[in-house]
Amino acid sequence: MSVTYIDAIHQAQEELLNDREEVFLYGQDIGSFGGAFKATKGLQDAHPERVLDSPISEDAMVGLAIGAAISGMRPIVEMQFADFSSIAFNQIVNNAGTHYYRTGVPIPLTVRLPCGGTPGSGPFHSQMVESLYGHYPGLLVMTPATVSDAYHMLKEAVGLDDPVLFCEHKFLYRWLKTTAIEPDLLPFGVARITRPGKHATVVTYSAMVHEAVRAADRMAAEGWEIEVVDLRSVKPLDMDTVIASVARTGRLLALGEAFPWGGVTAEVVSQVVAEGFHLLDAPPMRLNAKDTPIPYHPDLWASHRPTPESIVQSLRQLLTL
Amino acid sequence: MESPSVSPSAPLSRFVSEQGDLIRLTLRQMILSRTLEAKFSSLYKAGKIVGGVYLGTGQEAFSASLGCSLKQDRDIFAPLIRDQAGRTAFGEPLIEATQTYLGSALGPMRGRDGNIHRGRPAERRPAMISHLGASVSVVAGMLVARRMKGELEGVVGATCAGDGATSTGAFHEGINLAAVERLPMVIMVADNQFAYSTPRACQFACEELVDRARGYGVTGREVDATDLLSCLEVVHNAVEAARSGEGPQMVVGKLLRLCGHGEHDDGSYVPPEIRSSTLGRDCLEVGIRQVVDSGLASEEEIEMWHEEAATDIQAAVAKAQTEPGPDPYHDDWQAYASKGVQR
Repeated sequence: MSVTYIDAIHQAQEELLNDREEVFLYGQDIGSFGGAFKATKGLQDAHPERVLDSPISEDAMVGLAIGAAISGMRPIVEMQFADFSSIAFNQIVNNAGTHYYRTGVPIPLTVRLPCGGTPGSGPFHSQMVESLYGHYPGLLVMTPATVSDAYHMLKEAVGLDDPVLFCEHKFLYRWLKTTAIEPDLLPFGVARITRPGKHATVVTYSAMVHEAVRAADRMAAEGWEIEVVDLRSVKPLDMDTVIASVARTGRLLALGEAFPWGGVTAEVVSQVVAEGFHLLDAPPMRLNAKDTPIPYHPDLWASHRPTPESIVQSLRQLLTL
Repeated sequence: MESPSVSPSAPLSRFVSEQGDLIRLTLRQMILSRTLEAKFSSLYKAGKIVGGVYLGTGQEAFSASLGCSLKQDRDIFAPLIRDQAGRTAFGEPLIEATQTYLGSALGPMRGRDGNIHRGRPAERRPAMISHLGASVSVVAGMLVARRMKGELEGVVGATCAGDGATSTGAFHEGINLAAVERLPMVIMVADNQFAYSTPRACQFACEELVDRARGYGVTGREVDATDLLSCLEVVHNAVEAARSGEGPQMVVGKLLRLCGHGEHDDGSYVPPEIRSSTLGRDCLEVGIRQVVDSGLASEEEIEMWHEEAATDIQAAVAKAQTEPGPDPYHDDWQAYASKGVQR
């Protein structure tokens, strides 16, 4: 038996529907069709009143979920692709994000965002959006990298009283497997040391955790011990774990799949420099996707995002500084 | 100028004879709103209100008709920028308006938001954001939640837009969604001729906005919103149609905004011929004449309503002025309801 990343998301939603009457699912093609990625397959049969197909109206989908959350429900909105959440940007950042601060009434809303690239998906079905939403007050942003985290963190997201942007990486959906979902060991907002090391720290999240581990494996063959930190959530950002890691290694590579201008990696570097400059033995580095739209062709796509090769290259440079 | 009036000798319409109390209440709410907004304008010009003041002058009949037709104990009302009349008619205490405009820390928004961006969402009064059309889907969601909980029976959700707001994607998405879900919803469109300074001709190309109702698959109604009696009857019927399961109702009120976009704007772009047309009539003057002519209230009684409104408003302003403003040194600066997530 194996459990994939998408299985974990399906199972979490199934259990949430079974366990809590306030939970409902809303999105395009999620009913009898089961969703574009089958994350809701069969769930409408069991819960016809609480698994609703929506029109192609991302703004209104989130608006409806906000209204339902005001009225005591705990909606999970499925964006068919994270890229399309740009249509719902206003409702997410200006309505959901400001609501508790303005009115004192919380919005327990989870927006599932199938993000990240897969070969051939092109510019509008591949984007990373965590930095956009992380920028806004009032929003929480989760970026699970493992099957077990996808399961536990989605359940956690629905239990929180704030809007959560749940960034699930499409590349991990079926490729990432485990034998069984592990017990939840880390609370929300705490990063994980995925691989301990002592010569340099790679701080990353989502699918890039696996690319970083591959790069670290290659570096190990050369005698370098690379520590990989999985942020798990980018808002809040667990800087205690990051700073502690940098204190051990003295070197930082912030790695992300998003576009390079600003964003999570810039925030990590900025905070490490501001709070832990004295811990650094070398200037911190960043490695991100290229500053172009995400290309369609698999060969271009594979070079657009960081790869084990480009991560190794960055680490070698970092270690020579 | 034409002015519809009910001749004392003419027989009263069935609506007027059956809904006398509702008509009196609606007119009284219009007077309260007009008086309160005049006060806000004075306070703004005296520098006591910062940010902006946005009035609903000329739209009171349309807005109050909705507020008075809704049931305060169960319905949902998401007002927009020019709905002071509807807000108080739906039960918003005067003090919440004065507290929010004057920045009281004790008001519903605690100085964190101001002017017309106020509400108590948990009491079925969502607080608008500035982005037009956004409340249509929010109200739909509040109704969907009630449906899932088995609490939708007899509930109506209402929200307001202007002619400008109908051009937004959010409005289109929201009303389409409400129609698909066949929700008991009333969507009011105050076709007040100008969105800030933009005239209708630059806003849409269809002849009348009510024509869009058919395309959305909702019931469309259009009314001369300067005419209190017609307006109240149409809006009241729309609310009751939604309540009785006839699905979303779009009500377009034809009127002219009799003020600037805000009190910083003199509205000099409004051509005199529109001001002097039927659209430019003051719904409050028309309404007073209609109520007096119908024998529903005397001029003396209406004068008393004005005086009582002024007294109540003075008290609400005075109270809000004595209340503390927010303290930046003691504000929790907390945007999250979940404990421990903000560092």
